[in-house]
Amino acid sequence: MIDWGWLADHVPALLYRTGQHLYLAAIAVAVGLAISLALGVLAARHRRLVLPFTFVADLVYTIPSIALFAALVVVVGLSVLTAEVPLVLYTLVILFRNVVAGFDAVPPDVRDAADAMSYSGTARLVRVELPLAVPLIAAGVRVAAVSTIGLVTISALLGDAFGGLGFFIFEGARRGFATEIYAGAIPTILLALAADRLFVRVQAWLTPWERRAQAEVVPG
Amino acid sequence: MTVIDATAAWLTDPANWTGPNGIPVRLAEHLGVSLVSLLIALAIALPAGLYVGHTRRGSGIAVGIANVGRAVPSIALIGLVLPITQAFDPARGFSLYPSVLAMVALAVPPILVNAFAGIRGVDAEVVGAARGMGLTELQILRRIEVPLALPVVLGGIRSAAVQVIATTTLGAIFALGGLGRYVVDGLAQNDDGMLFGGVVLVATLAMTAEGLLAGLQRLAAGATTGSGRRPRSRATLARPIAAP
Repeated sequence: MIDWGWLADHVPALLYRTGQHLYLAAIAVAVGLAISLALGVLAARHRRLVLPFTFVADLVYTIPSIALFAALVVVVGLSVLTAEVPLVLYTLVILFRNVVAGFDAVPPDVRDAADAMSYSGTARLVRVELPLAVPLIAAGVRVAAVSTIGLVTISALLGDAFGGLGFFIFEGARRGFATEIYAGAIPTILLALAADRLFVRVQAWLTPWERRAQAEVVPG
Repeated sequence: MTVIDATAAWLTDPANWTGPNGIPVRLAEHLGVSLVSLLIALAIALPAGLYVGHTRRGSGIAVGIANVGRAVPSIALIGLVLPITQAFDPARGFSLYPSVLAMVALAVPPILVNAFAGIRGVDAEVVGAARGMGLTELQILRRIEVPLALPVVLGGIRSAAVQVIATTTLGAIFALGGLGRYVVDGLAQNDDGMLFGGVVLVATLAMTAEGLLAGLQRLAAGATTGSGRRPRSRATLARPIAAP
């Protein structure tokens, strides 16, 4: 059922696509996190902004990924941006919410204590509130990373230059060639699961004080 | 002709509203696949979630399944099962079965997690009082826990339904019908009108489903709390997405 010869011939292509997959996903999560932190800080200062931001984010999240990728081709043409803009938008939905929830989770007493110790607004934000928001932000990064790894495969829709491992799924399906579909699907699943595990570790490492408190299930 | 003109022309062309490739047929296919997948997922995840939430047994397994289900990308899952289902049934095994399977896998985690977290979140004293009054375990679940947990349980079903309706589009990459066909075919044939017409239809459908289900959830929340409006807690302002 598996054509081992094909696999052996395509090791460099597999490695290249895996690299492309990680590269596309990493850029999206990094850019998404930067934007979410900026928007989150803004929203923490101006609470009125939270609802409209959340509303727009929810709206974006309901747009199916292949529709968004396809729409971008016509709007901005074919470039790395065509793949990255939808990926970043989808990470924003997850990350913005978690950044806001993270800042919200800072106890008011702690804020008051920081004020009493005459922290300026920015210093309080960076040195007091941000560290306390880390658990929820890190949880968001984990979900965003896993979902982005899945979404990168869809960017193969844009053409052979994109898609990371999704390229093999699309081409394999087009040719009706099971080995090639597997060559794309199985590593994608493994990457997603590995990212999930990795970020659990990162989260534990960033928040050593939470080590004893078991992570809870939060209904989405 | 601009993209907007092309889209409007495509959407208003009567020819696109009839026949086996017409919008009503594609919409029916889309909703059919989504609905069947959702019903299968409900049949699996709802009893399992209620059981785990009530007995608190097997919560580790439920969380594990939900985590893996959330992590596995739908398209990779379709790819994984496609060669197998195709060996059994060359036609539907290439389109329908893998898509339904992937959609079930997509819908199970939110339904399961919310059912079990909702039931578990019911005040233990209320459950204890019911037990003291002599209610059987099944009566406690049916009359006390499920009504109190209803908004959370429905929240899981809502997010599963919206995700499934949005993601059923992916089936078109393989041979499935549904509204995704227009997006995939429009892109392949360089037909901007069809492509954007498809984008508009798919996005409208997903947003309509989100709006309807959100309304339903609000109604249910009103029925359980006795007020028509859901109390606006911080959680509704910014619902954090956190995985266990």
